[in-house]
Amino acid sequence: MSGGALDPRTASAFPMAAKAAMSDGQMRKNVRHATEVIQAKRARVVAEMPDWQELREAGKQIRQHTMLYLDVYLEQFEDNCSRAGGVVHWARDAEEARKIVVDLVKASGSRDVIKIKSMTTEEIGLNRALEGAGIQPIETDLAELIIQLGKDQPSHIVVPALHKNRQQIREIFQREMNLLELGEDPQDLADAARKFLREKFLHVKTAVSGANFLIAETGGVCVVESEGNGRMCLTLPETLITIAGIDKVLPRFRDLEVMLQLLPRSATGERMNPYNSIWTGVNASDGPRVFHVVLLDNARTTILADHESRQTLNCIRCAACQNACPVYRQTGGHAYGSVYAGPIGAILTPQLMEMHHAQSLPYASSLCGACYEVCPVKINIPEVLIHLRNKVVRRNTSGFPGMFSPEAVAMKALAAIFRSEKRFRAAQRLGRMAEGPLVRKDGWINWLPGVLGGWTKSRDLQEMPKETFRDWWDKRGKA
Amino acid sequence: MTARAAILAKIQKANDRSPTAEEAYLAWKELPRSYCCVAGADRESVILLLEGRLRDYEATVARCCEKDAVNAVESILAGRSKRRILLPEGIPSSWLPMGIEFVVDRAFDAQALNRFEGVLTCASVAVAETGTVVLQNRAGQGRRAVTLVPDYHLCVVRMDEVVATVPEAISRLQATSHLATTFISGPSATADIEMTRIKGVHGPRVLDVLLME
Repeated sequence: MSGGALDPRTASAFPMAAKAAMSDGQMRKNVRHATEVIQAKRARVVAEMPDWQELREAGKQIRQHTMLYLDVYLEQFEDNCSRAGGVVHWARDAEEARKIVVDLVKASGSRDVIKIKSMTTEEIGLNRALEGAGIQPIETDLAELIIQLGKDQPSHIVVPALHKNRQQIREIFQREMNLLELGEDPQDLADAARKFLREKFLHVKTAVSGANFLIAETGGVCVVESEGNGRMCLTLPETLITIAGIDKVLPRFRDLEVMLQLLPRSATGERMNPYNSIWTGVNASDGPRVFHVVLLDNARTTILADHESRQTLNCIRCAACQNACPVYRQTGGHAYGSVYAGPIGAILTPQLMEMHHAQSLPYASSLCGACYEVCPVKINIPEVLIHLRNKVVRRNTSGFPGMFSPEAVAMKALAAIFRSEKRFRAAQRLGRMAEGPLVRKDGWINWLPGVLGGWTKSRDLQEMPKETFRDWWDKRGKA
Repeated sequence: MTARAAILAKIQKANDRSPTAEEAYLAWKELPRSYCCVAGADRESVILLLEGRLRDYEATVARCCEKDAVNAVESILAGRSKRRILLPEGIPSSWLPMGIEFVVDRAFDAQALNRFEGVLTCASVAVAETGTVVLQNRAGQGRRAVTLVPDYHLCVVRMDEVVATVPEAISRLQATSHLATTFISGPSATADIEMTRIKGVHGPRVLDVLLME
């Protein structure tokens, strides 16, 4: 499952991709182990907080409020960031954002850039655009480095290489860093990454980052991380370029008191992650002298316009829903065909594609609700999934061609049958006759022909009872 | 139409209005905040909690009183075999023992910073509940790079800088929120390999905290 970029426009539909992923036993073992460990850590540190539910409610309210006043807060952020010496750019879509960043890196004169892990740069495919312009992006987060050196793709929002185990990582590092003697202890692997990147941190003049939060009130930016690679990128280079979705803004500095409690506990199961950096514009004696922020829309305003699914934008990218999801835990992230996998990916990706692609993702869920329970800002993911399923159906059954889609024809036939008792009884009799040759000895059907096969592809069907309730009732009355 | 105008127009259309900053502020003030903002615990329990939480994330903790600071600093640095330590401006010279070379930061470049064995700083605030020290770019704490590039960090926290909760810390930082700020919770770490927490990747691999009465 490595190689090609995760692009929802070209990815296989989820059921096909999931079937392929399920045959990778090692990957499934790695994902199961990692998600179990994070879930247990999260549960422990969440249980420590007597006010966790109040924090979740506050988190939800802050995010909802932000979306209602998004234009105000983005303008405030722009004003305050510019006043402090930052330069704010706006990008309607991925292509505009890539062009802005590539041009800024070229203007900085760097042939290489150091990068902090950023799902937004993955979303817009920034690395390929940089490489296309002759600029070498260097990922500095340990997991992203593993992905980059292994020519792989991220499979998790917070721990992008969780589908790899230590032996697989050692092989990649041995090959790519030319370290034949490397041990497979995680400490050895982390030490190798430290040595490999140290020189780059000390010399590369331009960095690219994402952002966890933009603070409208102060024009400040907050980045949350563990390893210190983020601090290196934010502090040592001369030029810093930060790319953030317009949804990342927070009204005021005080709102961090909620987010900095919700995010670390939900994401990595830590009371606080090792490092949070907050900076405002530029400072002559501290950090980069040139600072750019690119505010990215890329369909976020389209999501905002759908009042039933706009809560998708409240996400703070903690990935707790991925760790809790019984579907993700079986398939891993790549099956979702998008850098955003798991439940949040199942609602975010099709909407970022404005429902033109990734239409199978809203179905990649059993609607069990585990994602909603762990979400730190209470996004009702099952509700949004159902809303998006409706959208997919409406899209595919609307207009003249839609009238002849198998699903639309079947639904119309069903409606006609259910409207009349006579037709309903006739259908039941017909069904019992028709299923005869398909029922196995144990009374189950595991293959249906033609379009009906869609049902039995992933589930078995029990044969119809020999006698319906109505037939039994009629006989009983006569006896 | 510029991208900026187009995006702002789409937001206003989606929300079906264009509110003022004043309206936004009034609505923000009404947001429910029923979570715990101030802990009721007494001072000593808060300090003990901080010590426990720092140790949980593999920082080492010691206590001293101000007049004894020089001995405490000496014994900690000797225990780590550190001979050449970087200082931001504003560290009292009365804390600095003889026999160890202390160099005040003079806008050293990254390579020069990399040659120091460690750094000694103060903090702005410490959060007991999360085991966090918060540093800002001001006297005694310095610019962000000085506590990042050297592989060892000794952080002196005065008792009156210790608060119990994150909301208390944020409220103390509000007035200086424009300064470059770093929350540090234990030494640099990663759990990217099989979710095993490993100490020390790119930031200082050892963090000692000295709590000063």
